[in-house]
Amino acid sequence: MRELFRDAEHLFRLALVFGALLVVFLVARAVLTPEGFGTYGHYRAGALVDARARPLSFAGRAACLDCHEEIDAVKKSGKHAGLGCEACHGPLEAHVADPATVIPQKPDPKTLCLVCHMENLAKPKGFPQIDPKNHAGDDNCIKCHEAHSPLPVQE
Amino acid sequence: MEVSRREFLERSGKYILLFGAATKAWDFILAGTPETAPGYDVTRHWWAFYIDIEKCIGCGNCVRACKAENGVLREPFYFRTWVERYHIPPPDLANLRADRLPVVDSPNGGYDGFPERFRDSDGSKSFFVPKMCNHCTDSPCTQVCPVGATFDSPDGVVLVDQTYCLGCRYCVQACPYGCRYIDPRTRTVDKCTLCYHRITKGLTTACCESCPTGARLLGDLKDPKDPLHELLRTQKVQVLKPYLATGAKLSYKGLDGAVR
Repeated sequence: MRELFRDAEHLFRLALVFGALLVVFLVARAVLTPEGFGTYGHYRAGALVDARARPLSFAGRAACLDCHEEIDAVKKSGKHAGLGCEACHGPLEAHVADPATVIPQKPDPKTLCLVCHMENLAKPKGFPQIDPKNHAGDDNCIKCHEAHSPLPVQE
Repeated sequence: MEVSRREFLERSGKYILLFGAATKAWDFILAGTPETAPGYDVTRHWWAFYIDIEKCIGCGNCVRACKAENGVLREPFYFRTWVERYHIPPPDLANLRADRLPVVDSPNGGYDGFPERFRDSDGSKSFFVPKMCNHCTDSPCTQVCPVGATFDSPDGVVLVDQTYCLGCRYCVQACPYGCRYIDPRTRTVDKCTLCYHRITKGLTTACCESCPTGARLLGDLKDPKDPLHELLRTQKVQVLKPYLATGAKLSYKGLDGAVR
C-alpha cells in the first residue's frame, strides 16, 4: 500500500488546496447569499415582503361604506353607481384610520365635475360632456345635479 | 516562531470551518421566524390587467392616484402609469397617403387631464390610451438585469428588489413599453408594482379604485370566478407590441392599430 502512494504525496497536497478552496467558497456563499434567496427563484424572497410593506393611501370603497352606507343607497340608483368614493374624494385611508381627527375636505364641484365632464373630442362618444360656459354659465353644478346620483336633474 | 506546515494547515483549516459554522448560526439567529402575509398565498394568484380604451375619458385620476398611493414624485414627471392621447388624422387625399400617422401627446402624463386641443372635428379620430407596466410573463426587463434585482414574482407581478438594484438603467432601455424610470431619490429603478401592497391585502389597485368609468380592471387569472375571464373570452382584446412576444398580461379592449 505504502508503495502505491510513494510518489503521490503532491496529489494529496493538491487535494488539500482544493478542499480548502471549496470550504472558502462554501463559507463565502453562506455569508454573501441573502436570506430567502432562491425560495421562489433567482431573487430574494424578502423583496416580496418589502413590496407588501408599503402603507395604504386609498382605503377602498368597502371601507367607506362601512360607515357611509346611506351614500351607497343614494348612489345605487344613479349614473355614478359604479364610481369608487375615492375617485372624487381622493385617498382617504388616513380618515378611515382616524375618522375623528382627519376630516376630509369637501371637493369643489365647479372644478371636480369638470375633471371628467369637460368637453373633449378624444372622450368616448356617449360620455356626457359639457362646455361649462354654455351649459351653466357660472352656476355651480350641484345647483341642478345631485353629485352622488346626478340624473335626473333636480327641478 | 517556527510553525510547521502541518501545524499551519491544521490551524487555518480549523479556523475556516469554525468561522463557517458560526456564520450559519448567526444567520439562523438573525433570521427569526420568516415573515408571511396572513391569508395570502403567492402560489394561488396570477395577476393580470385589463384596460377598456373605449371607456377611458382621460381624466387623469389613475395618474394622480398612482402617484399618491405609491409615493411617486410629483415632479420630475416620472410615472408608473400615465395616459396618452392619440390623434389620428384622416387620409391625406391631396398626396394620396393613407398612412394616418398618429400625433401623440401626454401633457404631464395626463396628471392634470388634457387641455383642449383638436377641438373641432376634422375627420380625425382621437382617443386616450392609459399605459402602465404590462407585467409580462417573459419580461425583457428581468432578462437584462445584471444583478437579478428585478424578477417575475410567483403571482405574476414584475417587481424590483430595491436593495439589489444598481441603477444601471439596462431595464429602462429594455422595456419596450417605457414603463420604468430611475427614481432620483434612491437612484434605483422604479416601476408599477401592480399595487402589490394592496392586492395582497384583498384590495384592488389605486388606479382601478379611482377610475371613474371602470376602464381599468385588475384580475386574478387563477381565480376561476374572476370577471376578467369572462371579458377575455367575450371581448376582442389585444396586447401592446404582440410581435415582441413579451407575454404581456395587460390586455386592451378596443386597441387601435396606431397605438405603439
